[in-house]
Amino acid sequence: MSELYRRPVANTWWLKNPNYRFFMYRELTAVFVLAFLLVFLWFLSSLARGPEAYNVFLQRLSSPWSFLFHTVALIAACFHSSTWFNLTPKAVVVRRGEEKLPDAFLIAPNYVGWLTISVIIFLIATWS
Amino acid sequence: MAERTITLEVFRYRPETEKEPVFQNYTIPFHDDWVVLDALNYLKDRVDGSISYRWSCRMGVCGSCGMMVNGTPKLTCAAFLKDYYPGPVRVEPLANFPVERDLIVNITDFAKKLKDVKPFLIRKEEKPVSEGEYLQSPAELANFKQYSMCINCLLCYAACPVYGLEPSFIGPAAIALAQRYNLDSRDQGQEARNDVIFRHEGIWECTFVGECSEVCPKDVDPAGAIQQAKVGGALDLVNSILSPRGAR
Repeated sequence: MSELYRRPVANTWWLKNPNYRFFMYRELTAVFVLAFLLVFLWFLSSLARGPEAYNVFLQRLSSPWSFLFHTVALIAACFHSSTWFNLTPKAVVVRRGEEKLPDAFLIAPNYVGWLTISVIIFLIATWS
Repeated sequence: MAERTITLEVFRYRPETEKEPVFQNYTIPFHDDWVVLDALNYLKDRVDGSISYRWSCRMGVCGSCGMMVNGTPKLTCAAFLKDYYPGPVRVEPLANFPVERDLIVNITDFAKKLKDVKPFLIRKEEKPVSEGEYLQSPAELANFKQYSMCINCLLCYAACPVYGLEPSFIGPAAIALAQRYNLDSRDQGQEARNDVIFRHEGIWECTFVGECSEVCPKDVDPAGAIQQAKVGGALDLVNSILSPRGAR
């Protein structure tokens, strides 16, 4: 038996190929979703701690850094969500007899649901 | 018209003489209808008989000539040199597998995993031959046909960074083949495959990079098979929690 040669996997493996890079962007944008959720938890806790804490929170939220963070997080979250929406047909296959339901029929409901929920939240938020 | 030439950078590893692999360059004439495998055969016949590589059918059926061509896993019988002109073309053994010699990789690990997923029809009770064959409708065939096209060429393993980093991962082709039998209306062996498929080294190791499906020469879509198995596994888990005595 001859000696086998094992090639190491470099840490930069994901730079080699555009699909690997796309995968990494998809995964990394989840970090912004996580960060936004932490801010959201902070919002809930300051709300629970009373008007003073809530006002401090609102003040922090109106800083330019916060605005920048939320803009970046929104873009990242939109990208992250849409990549997963577009992958739905990989995970779910609906057949009518021998025919597969076209991908668009599985992808579109995600966007419709997303838009509907966003509009409802917007209406509730601006209700006064 | 003058004959065109192209340079091949061939990965050489001869364990009896070198500890580390080296690249050897060969410049050869080629025709427009030549594939990388034709170039290797030309090299072996006319230039350097010591090059080792696997091949058999030359028409994308046997699955034995898979190699890295300029860093991408390809069946070399389907990789046309003119698409890489003016070159050079770097030919390496399939990534993520240990190299035996030159362009030949050791696939023992995959062979074991393939066996582990029991890629054959399992019946709880075989019916006697006198009762005839197990019938199947075209719709039932359509459920799994795509996954049955796998030729075990292992391009998907070479494309899978998860397999590269975690060699214990069962991997794309083996899971797609498990799915091929699980979705077959004649098969009753899903439970026997679950142990292998639903453990951590099975489907849950997959992070859905999706490159396996991109490089598959047979459009098997192993990434899809794995995600569908994840959905099925998650639904089974929910079912077993909701109805502990389960109908299964």
